[in-house]
Amino acid sequence: MIVTLIINGTEQTVDVDEATPLLWVLRDELGLKATKFGCGRSACGACTVHLDGEAIRSCSVPVSAAADAEVVTLEGLGTPEAPHPVQQAWTEEVVPQCGYCQPGFMMAAAALLAQAPDPSDEDIDRTITNVCRCATHVRIRKAIHRAAEIGASSGEAAGEGGDR
Amino acid sequence: MSDADMATPSSASEDAPGKKGGITRRKFLTFSAAGAGLLFGTGYLTRGVWRRYLAGYINTAEVPYQGSTDPSLWFEIRADNSVVLYSSKVEMGQGTHTGLAQIAADELDVDVARIRVAHADSASGNVDAFSTGGSTSISSLWTPLREMAATLRETIRVEGARQLGVEPSEVTIEDGVLAAGDQTLTYGQVVEAAGEWEVADTPPLRDISEYRYVRQPVARVDLEEKVHGAPIFGMDAEMPEMLYGAMVRPDRVGARLVSADGSAAAGISGVMQVVIEDDFVGVVAETFTQAERAKEAIEVEWAVERAWELDDIREMVRVGEGTPYVIQKEGSVDDALASGDVIEAEYTSPIGAHAQLEPGVALADVTEDGATVVVSTQVVALTRREVAKALGMNQDQVNIQPAFLGGGFGRRLHTPIAVDAARLSRAAGRPVKVVNSRKQEFQRDTFRPPTHHLLRAMLGADGSITAVEHNISSGDVMYGSPMIPNPVAALIGADLGAWRGGMIQYGGIPNHQAVSWRVELPFATSWWRSLGLLANTFAIESFMDELAEAAGRDPVEFRLAHIQDDEAGRRLRAVIEAAAARAGWSNEPIDGVAMGFAASTDARTPCAHVAEVSVEEGRIRVHRVTCVIDPGVAVNPDQVAAQCEGSVVMGLSAALYEEMTLSDGVLSPTIYGPYRMALLRDAPQEIDVQILENADRPGAVGEPPLGPIGAAIANAVWRLTGTRLRDMPLQPALDRALNA
Repeated sequence: MIVTLIINGTEQTVDVDEATPLLWVLRDELGLKATKFGCGRSACGACTVHLDGEAIRSCSVPVSAAADAEVVTLEGLGTPEAPHPVQQAWTEEVVPQCGYCQPGFMMAAAALLAQAPDPSDEDIDRTITNVCRCATHVRIRKAIHRAAEIGASSGEAAGEGGDR
Repeated sequence: MSDADMATPSSASEDAPGKKGGITRRKFLTFSAAGAGLLFGTGYLTRGVWRRYLAGYINTAEVPYQGSTDPSLWFEIRADNSVVLYSSKVEMGQGTHTGLAQIAADELDVDVARIRVAHADSASGNVDAFSTGGSTSISSLWTPLREMAATLRETIRVEGARQLGVEPSEVTIEDGVLAAGDQTLTYGQVVEAAGEWEVADTPPLRDISEYRYVRQPVARVDLEEKVHGAPIFGMDAEMPEMLYGAMVRPDRVGARLVSADGSAAAGISGVMQVVIEDDFVGVVAETFTQAERAKEAIEVEWAVERAWELDDIREMVRVGEGTPYVIQKEGSVDDALASGDVIEAEYTSPIGAHAQLEPGVALADVTEDGATVVVSTQVVALTRREVAKALGMNQDQVNIQPAFLGGGFGRRLHTPIAVDAARLSRAAGRPVKVVNSRKQEFQRDTFRPPTHHLLRAMLGADGSITAVEHNISSGDVMYGSPMIPNPVAALIGADLGAWRGGMIQYGGIPNHQAVSWRVELPFATSWWRSLGLLANTFAIESFMDELAEAAGRDPVEFRLAHIQDDEAGRRLRAVIEAAAARAGWSNEPIDGVAMGFAASTDARTPCAHVAEVSVEEGRIRVHRVTCVIDPGVAVNPDQVAAQCEGSVVMGLSAALYEEMTLSDGVLSPTIYGPYRMALLRDAPQEIDVQILENADRPGAVGEPPLGPIGAAIANAVWRLTGTRLRDMPLQPALDRALNA
């Protein structure tokens, strides 16, 4: 099946089985490796991307469900030269250890900040249910608050992204 | 481990490292093409040495580095004056690459920002014969890496002086630039213009106080890649024409393959090959999804001799069952406990999963001439040996390329998935990447073994402990792992991993002993971050609180009163006193929040925790943890803190929630969620880390802070509720107590 996707602001066409999870289309058809495979059953959040601005777990979304929708991956969130506030905060707080789960956390955090520009700890704890085995939990919380500050001071909602 | 493992590819003995070895410019520039010398002669790793090594590994983390110390294998100076440090130690989040860059920068005299750290391929000759594990990377490389960097600096100085026509003593060096009078040369220029050169004598190392980067919170060298999602992990590796492979595994413990029929699977779209060779059943397809689908379609019959239940395991893991080994003995516990009021308590810990986020993964390209394997592994040398053996090749035909690990925690101290990928690649004639499914990752884990502990003690008239004994029953940690062949296991006696943290650290107790009981379980148990430390400390440090209560004494004061006056004792005392002071230790709950205290010494690194805990509607909540650690020199204080934070929350997760169960021979859960782990909502608001440096060199960091957390939480829960939780995981144990 030919599917047209809008990935990080660019239209892309792929020819795959319609049941193929979006995750594997991103990783192996489009070469966007930031989005990770962790469990394949929406249980860990390592594959989190934005689908029309919402954080979804791409291992369990068939590519057909993403047709014509706006998909944003970590690669589209920001670049080293122009980092998204979440990425800037993650850098300032030195959050990653192994780093494998961090793209999913950053995408979940960016989606949260788009909805709630200044989230409380309770908002964070309730909304973000990704798994991190290195246990960077405390720095993740700190970095989300820092990203909210950066977003506020730069005058843009920290959650936006995808057009860079 | 055989002698052959020590043999790095040794094509050119004339390249052997030496003080006057004639290492050429070419070797610096084209590092991976260069042959490597043998650092150790064959026979170096005799069993006696191996045994001493293991003992050092467990007790002190002060182990000799087991690989090449040839600077030309470790460093590449590029024409643009940047430096690549090729690390034989893999980066799995523990920050070792950053620490190595700092250590090297300070003796090489370059800005740490210009050092890029990369993993060394096994074909380069820069192979660690042992592993990345045991919290030994920084401590074992502390001296060799500084010597290599200093030797390289002096070698460049001598060659640079020759090129400038001055004496070496006239050359000053700053940030990779040589200066003499008004002439300057960069390291890159010197190396580029060098022909044969003589390696300088290793100069005296500088004093730590002169270092600019060591002991500074330098940002992780892999930070940008990890924040921007660079494809650095084994999972991300690609090769042209790559296919995906999947292996068929049984659900049940001890299952043996009877038959496999791949005809249905072969017809599935995208399937290239079904490979059935004896008990090896796998499939190769164009995509991951197709391979997974085809794997499910292979019809397999398994035979199981016994349908194991968790209760079977519990009965086996009991003090008194299996083989006992006395691992510590001071005075006579038996005499002391023969009469009088013996205080006794039993504790248990469950089967624990590694649950690292990146599943096992390997990408292999096998041709007639050799094999290249990109793999997330902690054991490069072992993996090379296993792949070579499986393919019937020589080890120098196999190049293992370690990738960044999406978590290690001991899970990747054996990575036979590299062999699976190699066999499937050979069958398919194309590169094949094999990925474990999450279910396989949980079911086929090499688990943290379940444990049972029996603690017995007696108090004297003055309320101090006159005798204490710790009996541990545990599944294997080191044994049963390919790193410890059985003949070596027989020489060692008790499983050093199982009793890690199991000895009594309070040398002031006149009679104390520890006994380790070995039990062999029907499923694989092995290395899990900190090995036996978490469970053993949970038992001992919970019991210390029980004894303090029986003696009517404050638990912190009680601990301090039993510490001996030697170096280890003084360091332990210091972390206990600092933690109590920093947390504002109180033995009474304040506003529904109680403090719990525990301390451990692991690989000579003492660590103390104060956990501030509430129980709200039956839910244990840890609000704040104070962690004081003394690793000696903290090469990177920020990353030492990060390891403490990670250990606290990983240990909290294991202590409060995690457990595998076994029913009808099937280990479960097989997915996150049902395998309950600490999420953001379960993490403390704050983890306050204080680092003491009461030793003159770096020691273990990555595991010691996992020790005290379980006991610290349980001790706080007791203070709040009067319920003594003696079984991990603690939350279900409290649920049971409240419902009883």
